[in-house]
Amino acid sequence: MSDIDLQDQAIQVDTEKGNFKYPENYEFDAGIGLTEDTVKYISDVKDDPDWVREFRLKALEVFKKKPMPTKWADKDLENIDFDKIRYYLSKGQQPARSWDDVPDDVKETFERLGIPEQERKFLAGVEAQFDSEASYSRMKEDLEKEGVIFVGSSEGLAEYPEIFKPYFGKVIPTADNKFSALNSATFSGGSFIYVPKGVKLKQPLQAYFRINAENFGQFERTLIIADEDSEITYMEGCTAPKFETATLHSAVVELVALKNAKIQYITVQNWSSNVFNLVTKRGMADEGAEVKWIDCNIGSRLTMKYPGVVLKGKGARGEVLSIALANDGQHQDTGAKMMHLADNTTSNIISKSISIGKGRSTYRGQVHMPKHLKNCKNNTECDALLINTNSRTDTYPAITTRGQNNTVQHEASVSKVSAEQIFYMMQRGLSEGEAMSLAVNGFVNELMKAFPMEYSVELKRLIDMEMEGSVG
Amino acid sequence: MNHSIEVKNLHVSIDGQAILKGFNLTIPKGEVHALMGPNGTGKSTLAKVMAGHEDYIVESGEVLLDGVNILGQEPDEISHAGLFLAFQYPMEIPGVSIANFIRAAKQARLPEGEEINAIEYYKELYAKMDALKMDRKFTARSLNEGFSGGEKKRCEILQMAMLDPKYCVMDETDSGLDIDALRIVSEGVNLMRSEDRAFLVITHYQRLLDYIVPDVVHVMFDGRIVHSGDKELAKELESKGYDWVKEAFATASA
Repeated sequence: MSDIDLQDQAIQVDTEKGNFKYPENYEFDAGIGLTEDTVKYISDVKDDPDWVREFRLKALEVFKKKPMPTKWADKDLENIDFDKIRYYLSKGQQPARSWDDVPDDVKETFERLGIPEQERKFLAGVEAQFDSEASYSRMKEDLEKEGVIFVGSSEGLAEYPEIFKPYFGKVIPTADNKFSALNSATFSGGSFIYVPKGVKLKQPLQAYFRINAENFGQFERTLIIADEDSEITYMEGCTAPKFETATLHSAVVELVALKNAKIQYITVQNWSSNVFNLVTKRGMADEGAEVKWIDCNIGSRLTMKYPGVVLKGKGARGEVLSIALANDGQHQDTGAKMMHLADNTTSNIISKSISIGKGRSTYRGQVHMPKHLKNCKNNTECDALLINTNSRTDTYPAITTRGQNNTVQHEASVSKVSAEQIFYMMQRGLSEGEAMSLAVNGFVNELMKAFPMEYSVELKRLIDMEMEGSVG
Repeated sequence: MNHSIEVKNLHVSIDGQAILKGFNLTIPKGEVHALMGPNGTGKSTLAKVMAGHEDYIVESGEVLLDGVNILGQEPDEISHAGLFLAFQYPMEIPGVSIANFIRAAKQARLPEGEEINAIEYYKELYAKMDALKMDRKFTARSLNEGFSGGEKKRCEILQMAMLDPKYCVMDETDSGLDIDALRIVSEGVNLMRSEDRAFLVITHYQRLLDYIVPDVVHVMFDGRIVHSGDKELAKELESKGYDWVKEAFATASA
């Protein structure tokens, strides 16, 4: 299928869902296209405070001025037609679907993942309310006792402006890139988390449990602040395959780790193949703090995502562990950014990409160590696995190191699953799909050991299904 | 049912070049047959074709397992039908442990929805590793990755023992083995010899046949079997050399 076909198809899905199904419900619908009115409308519906209204409108100006990054990025970006996108549907206006509307393959996937019926409906977007309200409120109570705030971003900015405002848009300024500007103008949904001084959360927090129809919004905005000496692990979304009507997903995630705090942010995402997934994620690590991104990207038409850490305080540590799987017709353009801004800071990047069929993987890494710094270290490893000869992989490392005793280590490898390896495994009784999936799992095995158990199990199952589907 | 593996008038080519030219062989269950011959005569091709390798073109002929033709089936189907090929050059699969690989291979034989019993599995695995004098730590290593020649071949025998095939084709299993490894590998094979199983042992050298004593020895030359005999034939070959085969049979096959 050509790109043009895909785009037409995608946009039809997008616009028709709203127009056809809800012709009279304009009061909660920002309409199609992006103008000042659209942004004002979003602010009205959300009852934004004035500073947020201004923030959005300024962001819109920036968005309009910024060129598409097609100079260096995939030309496919030009196929996004911003005038045909619906930027906001309020809570009651989410494209309501019945379980019968959910495509069979998605249903099957849910079944095979062993997701309980209630959750499946929630994940498929057919049910905003998800039957774990009880467990959520129990969790919320426990968190409240410790002073932890875990709410939606709109609630966060309305209820806790004194914590929210000083950090919002500071790690990722509006003008960081075209898509961060777009998000800043239109954001809704996402999480706001504050962990007070010294509080170390033993259980990971999951967006999953925060009952909010906007959880998986198109332009969600997440801000996590870990105060001094606190610790938090956050798991975004869910590992189950996504059923998306939106063709453009553009999130912004900002993490703030104050002195000696630790933040671990885990994402395992599986997008449908018509989605442009353009996400900006960055963490700031103060003195002695640690920010760690674990990022797994499966699916989508084009993903552009380079989680970063700004190592602002002495002895700060940053880490990005990522796995990207690009199947036929998909492009995973991923990587990491490490900005060393203080002495004795260390960063580690491990990136594994798998390209299948005509799938394409690109690694972009930026490591910056300016002249005045001492004793900084970076380690970068990026490994690519190619399955069949059409696959393409590129590596673009950009490393600037100056200063004293700063060390950078960069290793890259490209390997292939050969026909002889597949034959060997099939001779032992594995099907072609099982053989490929075993080879892929072997490739990411070492890295997956760093993941929480349940995530590596689900990731493995997702890879199995992806590989099974890729065999003709 | 016909309890044997039968290769009937097999003609195989690759890139337009004929490799097997009317190959015939029958091995009843319970017997071990050795196939010997000079390099480039088609021994390894035969092994790969039997296992369903897609690079070779079968012009005509059949390979019957218990009377059922397996040519044209996928390699995994042939494996499930009971044929095991011990590779001359086993592939390295990085990141996949021996234990997980064999487990996946056994799991693939179970009906849909049935899970392998992990405790039983490890019990069996360890018992068979003990028999092959393999260190248990070995199971955590990535399949064949960085293995010595001897380790690779022992790993092949371990897989063979765990998958319990009816028909074993062993392609140059002795290559790359020192005398100790050769003895251990041969003992493993001898433990598996039974009334319900047939072996085709492909080898260039007579040495292996001191340890795995064959019921029948075949001599292959230019794509077919040109001579068969008992275990003494292997010794005769060893002393006379393959030139003798060429001289004796080249004219006949021309």
